Amino acid sequence: MGELATEKHVRYILSVEKRKDNFESVVMEHLRMSGAYWGLTALDLLGKLDTVDVDEAISWLLSCQHESGGFGGNVGHDPHILYTLSAVQVLALFDKMDVIDVDKVTNYIVNLQNEDGSFSGDMWGEVDTRFSYIAICCLSILHRLDKINVEKAVKYIISCKNMDGGFGCTPGGESHAGQIFCCVGALAITGSLDLVDKDLLGWWLCERQVKSGGLNGRPEKLPDVCYSWWVLSSLTMIDRVHWISKEKLIKFIIDCQDTENGGISDRPDDAVDIFHTFFGVAGLSLLEYPGVKPIDPAYALPVDVVNRIFFTK
Amino acid sequence: MHGRPRKALKQEDEAALSAKAEKLRSLQALFLANHHNSIYSKEALDVSAKLLEVNPECYTAWNYRKLAVQHLLSNSDSDPHVIFQDELKLVEIALRKNFKSYGAWHHRKWVLSKGHSSIGHEMRLLNGFQKADPRNFHAWNYRRFVAELMKRSDEDELKYTEEVIGANFSNYSAWHNRSVLLSNLLKKKAEGYFPKENFLEEEFEHVHNAIFTDPDDQSGWFYHLWLIDQTVKTDAPLLVSSWPSHGSRITLIGDNNLRGCGLSLLNGTLLGTGTLPIILDFNQAVEGINSSTVAIESELLKEELIWKPLSMNNSNTAKVWVVYLNLGNMELLPSKAYSVQIKVGHSKGIAFSNGNHYSDPSQISFKVLVQTASAEPAEGQGGKRTTWKDTNFHKIDHFQESDAILSADNNPHIPTTSNWCSEEIAEEITKFRDLLSEYDCKIGKLTLARLLTALDLLSSHHDGRKSNTEEVLQLYTDLMKLDPTHSLYYKDKHSLISLKRITSTRDSLLPYCYHYKDATETITGYVCLRLQSLSLSRMGSIENLLWVQMLDLSHNELQSIEGLEGMQLLSCLNLSHNKIRSFTALVPLKLVKSLKVLNISNNELGSHLIDTTRYLCPSPVSHTEEFAWERFEILAGSVSATNFWEAFLIFGSLELTELNITGNAVADENFRSFLVKVLPTLKWLDDEELS
Ligand SMILES: [Zn+2]
Repeated sequence: MGELATEKHVRYILSVEKRKDNFESVVMEHLRMSGAYWGLTALDLLGKLDTVDVDEAISWLLSCQHESGGFGGNVGHDPHILYTLSAVQVLALFDKMDVIDVDKVTNYIVNLQNEDGSFSGDMWGEVDTRFSYIAICCLSILHRLDKINVEKAVKYIISCKNMDGGFGCTPGGESHAGQIFCCVGALAITGSLDLVDKDLLGWWLCERQVKSGGLNGRPEKLPDVCYSWWVLSSLTMIDRVHWISKEKLIKFIIDCQDTENGGISDRPDDAVDIFHTFFGVAGLSLLEYPGVKPIDPAYALPVDVVNRIFFTK
Repeated sequence: MHGRPRKALKQEDEAALSAKAEKLRSLQALFLANHHNSIYSKEALDVSAKLLEVNPECYTAWNYRKLAVQHLLSNSDSDPHVIFQDELKLVEIALRKNFKSYGAWHHRKWVLSKGHSSIGHEMRLLNGFQKADPRNFHAWNYRRFVAELMKRSDEDELKYTEEVIGANFSNYSAWHNRSVLLSNLLKKKAEGYFPKENFLEEEFEHVHNAIFTDPDDQSGWFYHLWLIDQTVKTDAPLLVSSWPSHGSRITLIGDNNLRGCGLSLLNGTLLGTGTLPIILDFNQAVEGINSSTVAIESELLKEELIWKPLSMNNSNTAKVWVVYLNLGNMELLPSKAYSVQIKVGHSKGIAFSNGNHYSDPSQISFKVLVQTASAEPAEGQGGKRTTWKDTNFHKIDHFQESDAILSADNNPHIPTTSNWCSEEIAEEITKFRDLLSEYDCKIGKLTLARLLTALDLLSSHHDGRKSNTEEVLQLYTDLMKLDPTHSLYYKDKHSLISLKRITSTRDSLLPYCYHYKDATETITGYVCLRLQSLSLSRMGSIENLLWVQMLDLSHNELQSIEGLEGMQLLSCLNLSHNKIRSFTALVPLKLVKSLKVLNISNNELGSHLIDTTRYLCPSPVSHTEEFAWERFEILAGSVSATNFWEAFLIFGSLELTELNITGNAVADENFRSFLVKVLPTLKWLDDEELS
């Protein structure tokens, strides 16, 4: 088996951050905030966050914030809960929460909770359990979880639970590994994992591992590196990660590297991108791959960052 | 980016792409300028439309379209129908470009919810989309939205899933939707769907077609498991076990005046606290256990009792509930039998979290006797150290009446299940045996194992049937070889069944029960359950182990002790030579207040970077426990909380007298001195007697 091409990935991530001219980066322009979170977290997991110009990153980040307190995906784009979490996660990485008005960001999120406990993504009212996770994760990082109705939020998530033990976007929605990560993550952060049927969900999740060793996101779908994160983190949170073969998954992720130019792709020999590079590295982190810092399965931030948030006075 | 090959582009392609990028960039710039200046002219709208046609993921552009719609509607001579029609057209184009665009789907919902567009077209559009990609979950979500909007019946939608499955059974999304629709119909008690017997038989037939056609296709697997669960599950909570059990006699040993702290259960456990736990174990987590739903009648009862849920996260639901009868200040007469009666569920209130109520009022009666202690004070006192050597254990030939042993066969609570369930399960067993005779496959074996387990559960209520445990164990052993990727899943199941077998009767338990001889060679009367070296990877059957005070689980493969909190009498626990990876995995012990002796030597504490029980343990990261900074700082001094918080959270609330932690990566001098401070009750740490 090959090894993780750490140096190449670091160079790749740094180059993506700078490149703004190719078609890919123009199409992804509206979600650059999430791109920043993926890239910077991957760098931190690889021990190379110090290669980044913090001040430059933060001043750009702040230029994406709106009067409402929410963040847009890039300068000029509307605020959305998705990018608000990414921004807060980046600030947590840099330990720079003091540059924002925490109460203002909190207000933005609090106002997105609906009567039934669910969350909208922004003022236009799209409801999805992804946004429940984002709200809960973000407020928890900001030490403001008490500002929303947690009980109702949990109840809504549970109303999205399916016959296979997984969770969908809204009640009745099909289980999907990404959605399961969101729901299990939200339940983990609110101390509600007793409401998950761990053995049932664990079986569904561990059956995502296919012959090649990779994980898919739903039954009878192709394996994909990004599910290394969604499935693994969920299995880790419910203490069932031993139900899959770690060795085979490590091999699959390693096989998806571009060993020449750096970066990780969805499947072997596909084109790499920052999204799959992050999820590949994060997956290896959960697999305790040597040389990669441990990541927290619920907050999707390095463990030392999360511990700093909760265990320093 | 998904499914795009990794290869360098040809020069002309590169140039074309670069031109495309330039065009898109200027389109985006133009659009953002319009958006920021609130320009909603026809030209401006065209820019946003063009942008979304190329890049439907640009969420800000969808927001802009909504603002534009609102602006246009405010114009008095506008025709809402036309305005919304344009939006629907744009969404359709965008979806053809990217079928998975959240923004496009939501825009369509937003338009429809305004009520100016006909929904008739939506089903036709969806049928086309869903034919092209029958697994697209956005389309399925949208379909549920439209069906509700046009008040299409669940029965009609059920027919649609039948058509889809008929065309190709390999459609997990359709099976999923079937489970949703059937659950709805069942909940509504719709005609033909209630009681569930009415449809389950047919559904089994249905899913057999899928599984038996291609056993390796997962589409029907989870649906089939759901059907098994629907068949065997009880709707109402059941009390599966209690301690003391019905009809039992509990002997307490007291000192001469039988007052105060001299009281102990058997030897040792309750010494000092003078309390007697009463434990109720249900089939699933319940809420509403209190002094009105569970009435205790006894002359031993002097005050109102408060039931406590054994829950890890301070929730008010739990599978196991406990109450402590305080006998410490009572004058008890020797050789008198004090009777205690517990009436469970005679008044309403015990319920599952889904609201289903306990409906099987039952009574547990037991007697408490007090004996004067004849000899020296009990175990755990006076510096005697617990040792787990084989020579300290004495085989038991037969149980004494005073041994308060519990096993599955003396759990008195027999739920009544209909014959239909057992027959249905038996029929499924036949079908899957047939399948396996033709094709050796993992889902066949796994399903058979589950069905046999279910049948055993059902028929334990009808005595006399032979149990299938041996066959189930063999199936799981086979599966470990057949499907090595998931071997530890099968191993966990194997462990659970092994424990079920061991704890099923008093006779099956006997070979694992020993009397403990302490250092002075006195047989203490302790019954120790020794489950060592059984390659157990998972604990289970706790409902049959509520009586255990001394437990040897050493030399197994446990990485979790989930469920152990139910053992409220546990005083000595040996977990040495297991695979415990982190302190948070020991969290069940926080609820076992009687625990004095713990051996966790030779585990994997400190060897792992990732903690798989981090979120199953109450802590600040899950908002289930505040960090006791003040106490931590007093005890730990300058030690950083980020290093020791897990150990502090666990040991900070235990009152151990003996702890062995050698053979773990974490156990250096620094950590040992921390432990001594956190555990002031400690008399022995590792092999060293503390002064
Ligand atoms: Zn992917």
